[in-house]
Amino acid sequence: TRDGLCNTDDIERSKTEGKELTKEEKQRLRKEKKQQKKNKEKNDEKTSHEGEKKKNKKKKEEQPAGSASQPPAQPSPKAVPAPAPPPPAAAAVPVPASEAPAPADKPAKSKADLKAERRARQEAERASKGKKGDVGQPAPTGKLKAPPSELQPVVKRLPEHVQVDNPEVVKKLAKKLERQQIPLRSDYGYKVSLFSHLHQYSRKAPLTQQLGIPSTVIHPAIVRLGLQYSQGIVAGSNARSVALLHAFQQVIRDYTTPPNEELSRDLVNKLKPYISFLNQCRPLSASMGNAIKYIKKEISNIPSQCKEEEAKIKLLNCIERYINEKIVLAAKAIAKYSIEKISDGDVILVYGCSSLVNHILCEAFEKKRKFRVIVVDSRPRLEGREALRRLVQKGISCTYVLISAVSYILPEVSKVFLGAHALLANGYVMSRVGTSQIALVAKAFNVPVLVCCETYKFCERVQTDSFVSNELDDPDDLIVTRKGKTQLEHWQKVPSLGLLNLVYDVTPPDFVDLVITDLGMIPCTSVPVVLRVKNVDQ
Amino acid sequence: MRPGLHEEWGEIDLTERIEAFLSDLKRGGSGTGPLRGSAEMARETTALLRRIAAQARWSNAGDLMEIIRTEGRRMTAAQPSETTVGNMIRRVLKIIREEYARSRGSSEETDQQESLHKLLTSGGLSEENFRQHFAALKANVIEAINELLTELEGTTDNIKMQALEHIHSNEVIMTIGRSRTVEAFLKDAARKRKFHVIVAECAPFCQGHKMATSLSEAGIETTVITDAAIFAVMSRVNKVIIGTQTVLANGGLRAVNGTHTLALAAKHHSTPLIVCAPMFKLSPQFPNEEDTFHKFVSPHEVLPFTEGEILSKVNVHCPVFDYVPPELITLFISNIGGHAPSYIYRLMSELYHPEDHEL
Repeated sequence: TRDGLCNTDDIERSKTEGKELTKEEKQRLRKEKKQQKKNKEKNDEKTSHEGEKKKNKKKKEEQPAGSASQPPAQPSPKAVPAPAPPPPAAAAVPVPASEAPAPADKPAKSKADLKAERRARQEAERASKGKKGDVGQPAPTGKLKAPPSELQPVVKRLPEHVQVDNPEVVKKLAKKLERQQIPLRSDYGYKVSLFSHLHQYSRKAPLTQQLGIPSTVIHPAIVRLGLQYSQGIVAGSNARSVALLHAFQQVIRDYTTPPNEELSRDLVNKLKPYISFLNQCRPLSASMGNAIKYIKKEISNIPSQCKEEEAKIKLLNCIERYINEKIVLAAKAIAKYSIEKISDGDVILVYGCSSLVNHILCEAFEKKRKFRVIVVDSRPRLEGREALRRLVQKGISCTYVLISAVSYILPEVSKVFLGAHALLANGYVMSRVGTSQIALVAKAFNVPVLVCCETYKFCERVQTDSFVSNELDDPDDLIVTRKGKTQLEHWQKVPSLGLLNLVYDVTPPDFVDLVITDLGMIPCTSVPVVLRVKNVDQ
Repeated sequence: MRPGLHEEWGEIDLTERIEAFLSDLKRGGSGTGPLRGSAEMARETTALLRRIAAQARWSNAGDLMEIIRTEGRRMTAAQPSETTVGNMIRRVLKIIREEYARSRGSSEETDQQESLHKLLTSGGLSEENFRQHFAALKANVIEAINELLTELEGTTDNIKMQALEHIHSNEVIMTIGRSRTVEAFLKDAARKRKFHVIVAECAPFCQGHKMATSLSEAGIETTVITDAAIFAVMSRVNKVIIGTQTVLANGGLRAVNGTHTLALAAKHHSTPLIVCAPMFKLSPQFPNEEDTFHKFVSPHEVLPFTEGEILSKVNVHCPVFDYVPPELITLFISNIGGHAPSYIYRLMSELYHPEDHEL
């Protein structure tokens, strides 16, 4: 460990200088941790009895492999028969073992943690390359049973951004970010108790303030993208995905494979800190998640004998094709289907600014359909004004109201067109907050509601209300100055006052009459069918 | 010679007051004058009517009713959306009828023309009947109007006192915009119980902000949400308590815009919707007139003039009120207790005389 201590000094120094850890330093770190872990396990078998008590205590705080928490500590932890598939269990089991602390080893414990975690993840990845999902953090109920069946096991890791109220998860994330040398963004302001499991950031404190310039850890295109996301300059599901893909194209162009590394593995590892960084700037959307999955798959499928230049060109073309197929051509197909649904004399209601819905309306207007549009907008984002500008520029006659006036204006409306951020597997539509309200009032007035969504936004998550997984925007956006008076200016000083600025909400499928996708016009409940077909294709 | 207001020098004072009141009404509604609550408006109207009864020249009940009707028509024409003015006038007219009937010695029931039997047999009171002169009528009328004023002063307190019957601890209550009645209601319950209030801000005037600061200063756990998030958070709400501008004759509401959405969301989640409205807000109007029901203010609030290049090509609406049908309402809490919406028409007959429904 003397050797290890000298190296930690080096590593600390290089971290503060903002340089990336060199390959040798990383390898040395790994070796040292392996050594410590071996020592630890020997100690564990001696002190397994006292370790069990501490392990049980930790089990209540964390979410370790549930199966490993059941068995007694008497037999060696490695020999515990885990009901879960063996590699993840073997990976998960050393985690609690290494965490059973002998008090003297406390400072080295954290490194052993990291090391064990990374090893666990590597093993899991290697073993379950074809399987879906990681078994890093199973559900809190503790059951790791994934019964073997024809259906893919859906034991997924719960995303970090909906577990902010769990201090263990927050600590793990902090360690991971530290390893990737990305600053951690801190929450801002008083959070409403119903949403204490979500992050709430302030727009005035962007993440890039904590990065050195120039940052050698993160590619500048990604830094710029992260800033654009967090300040709201690039907003909207399609826009964010396209910007992300373009940034990744830039990263691939500037990438060179280091010696003794394979492009397929190294590039994926290079992308991981970028994705963490973007996640910190603004939680990833479902469409971005799907795009990233696609890219990672494409990269790992590059054959090892492929030359670097060829591989890069191949990847760039893949991304180009993805954007073209999934977004541009999909929009054209959806517009073609939707125009059948727009007849002359229609009064169409739209909400906020959906690039797809705007595209449809412009296309329909060019095809000489006679209709007029009512744009409904809501505070604090006021995105409807942007949609209004685009439509008025085309020459479409528009009306503009706020969402509180929607029950006044609905008797005039013949159809409602809504955009979506994601379509969930149980048929719920996740979209900008306020969409469910519009669908509700439209249903009360018997006006048909049509949702337009590309298939790359379909996601396998299920959700029934808008609380469990959402995004909290900057609460200061709600403050408004009217007639020189700002009521909520000092809301932070008042202890019992909270401001809630939600970004998304979910619309139940019974409010939606039709979903128009590039595969055709389907009911809301057919989303899992489409997902299954897509998975079979891939 | 028709008795009028302009006979004596002392009455010029009265005319001035009426004109000042009318111009206040005109300005107040357009948002430029001082914003006044309904209770204040009701009190001022009643005080003015008492002054008319005291100072104007009249010799019999019919003359007084004629004077009040004329002035009343002018007042309601100045600000049609301010229904409390019209309601108070109708109350006072009913008071005059009652006092007249009492002076004549006949009991009040015979004046009511509600049952078909009475319609056929009694033949109804004609205008002639009000021409009899009674010396004590003036004093009686003024005393009755004073009672009405006392009742008006106590409405908020009466409603407040019922708060603990309807709010239990650890509840989540939702409200929209700013209602002084609901504010007093919640603050009274907060003295003994701990609960959480969610306030929808009600764009574009954002009166919800003022309500939220006021409630949080009273120590109530408050959250401000945007109008767009009403349905999203409704699943966690236990009760919705709102105020209203007017209660219509069929039990429906004319309330601030956004209330209909709130009511629909509450219905969808089977959350009870409670309306705190004092009795002077009850109006004998029905919601069928499309063109007179809604009131609009300057769309500058919605799309400001800074968006100049699209302003000229776009229609912008800024309605102030919403109609809420009685099926969406669970309970009315007023100063005389709680009622279901289906009972409202009955209360109307106690407050107003059917002949006064049209001023």
